[in-house]
Amino acid sequence: MSTVRLLAGTRKGAFILTSDTARKKWAIDGPLFAGWEIYHLKGSPADPNRIYASQSSSWFGQVIQRSDDGGRTWAAAGNQFEYTGDPGLHQFYDGTLRPWEFKRVWYLEPAPGDPDSVYAGIEDAALFHSSDGGQTWHELPGLRQVKGNLWQPGAGGMCLHTILLVPTKPRRIYVAISAAGAFRSDDGGETWRPVNQGLKSNFELPDPSAEVGHCVHGLAMHPARPEVLYMQKHWDVMRSDNAGDSWIEVSGNLPSDFGFPIAVHAHVPETVYVVPIKSDSEHYPPEGRLRVYRSRSGGDQWEALTKGLPQRNCFVNVLRSALAVDTLDSCGLYLGTTGGQIYASADSGDHWKAIARNLPPVLSVEVQVLE
Amino acid sequence: MIRVILPTQLWRLANIGREVELQLEPPVTYAALLQALEAQYPALRGTIYDPATAQRRPFIRFFAKGEDWSHEPLDAEVPQAVASGEEPLRIVGAMAGG
Repeated sequence: MSTVRLLAGTRKGAFILTSDTARKKWAIDGPLFAGWEIYHLKGSPADPNRIYASQSSSWFGQVIQRSDDGGRTWAAAGNQFEYTGDPGLHQFYDGTLRPWEFKRVWYLEPAPGDPDSVYAGIEDAALFHSSDGGQTWHELPGLRQVKGNLWQPGAGGMCLHTILLVPTKPRRIYVAISAAGAFRSDDGGETWRPVNQGLKSNFELPDPSAEVGHCVHGLAMHPARPEVLYMQKHWDVMRSDNAGDSWIEVSGNLPSDFGFPIAVHAHVPETVYVVPIKSDSEHYPPEGRLRVYRSRSGGDQWEALTKGLPQRNCFVNVLRSALAVDTLDSCGLYLGTTGGQIYASADSGDHWKAIARNLPPVLSVEVQVLE
Repeated sequence: MIRVILPTQLWRLANIGREVELQLEPPVTYAALLQALEAQYPALRGTIYDPATAQRRPFIRFFAKGEDWSHEPLDAEVPQAVASGEEPLRIVGAMAGG
């Protein structure tokens, strides 16, 4: 009998939720690392009981935690993230230049074939890799050489928040940075190219050909079709059919094309999910109704999924890493909110149920199916 | 023996008790004390001072004998009462953010 394990990072600790494959009854364990911000937890595809967690605090800095037993016990791993060479300067909000400074780890992506191999996306934006289970970290500095001096922070900081590895093309990596854009490497992270042509950020970037500077909020891909990418930009939902070389807008009939997370169905690569948010100054759903929107056509035509989600007086946000899909035959979706709720659907989003109601603000949600 | 009292978050992080003891040869500086603390309890590495800047983290304070020693340079010697083990050095996570 399989088990479904949900890894939730919150402002005040981590929680692990478990269920059988019916996904109706959930046990909640936590908080782990009580009082600390847990930006992200993720399990290794090679060994699901190897879980990495980013633990941070304004008081005590960054800690990386590692579990080898599915989250029952944890040990602090390495937390030294030193940029390669002189990291130089980047743009600040006011147009001045600021030195690159490590602040926190936003995202952890364990590699497919080796539980000791894991990537970390950090603020100020850079990509690091560990090949010894998180004990030591080394920057892949070629990324910052792609006009890093023109990158600038988004409202949440200048963070590398998304890492997509391509199982069928082990040398290919996609990353996304706010506010720099999307980037692709085809040589294992040694060299990079910006993949932002077709993005339009008229107010922030008047130059339509600007290669970097776009505020990309989320990036998603189906592993069976790694050339097709979906993007939730600050405003606009976008699609690329050529590995990011060019993008078209697929916002279509969404009530708002602002938002943070984006996800692809586990078995249907043309089925995509977003959570529209009213605007960048009003970080809550349009009309106070929390709706997940699903497109079965790879964008443009969207349907609202509302059953079981609050449809009045709901003014929470859903952050960029707080939407996940599982790999069961009837694909499950999981959604965490800044109000501390986690909603789950066991039927591709048709019906939803709150499986946790009163957690701290949810920063991230990941899901594992354990055989 | 040098005595150090840790804030709750850090002794929980390292899975140790609230007060720890360190063996150090004089002269005992704040830097030497913190390095010995990290060497004895690696989970604490980088939590009290930022390894990138070698500066005390802004919300961390050092107290001993009822006095605030937080602004002493890290290469300064700790108070004699701390060096002799008569008094603990209290590392405090400042109240902030409320």
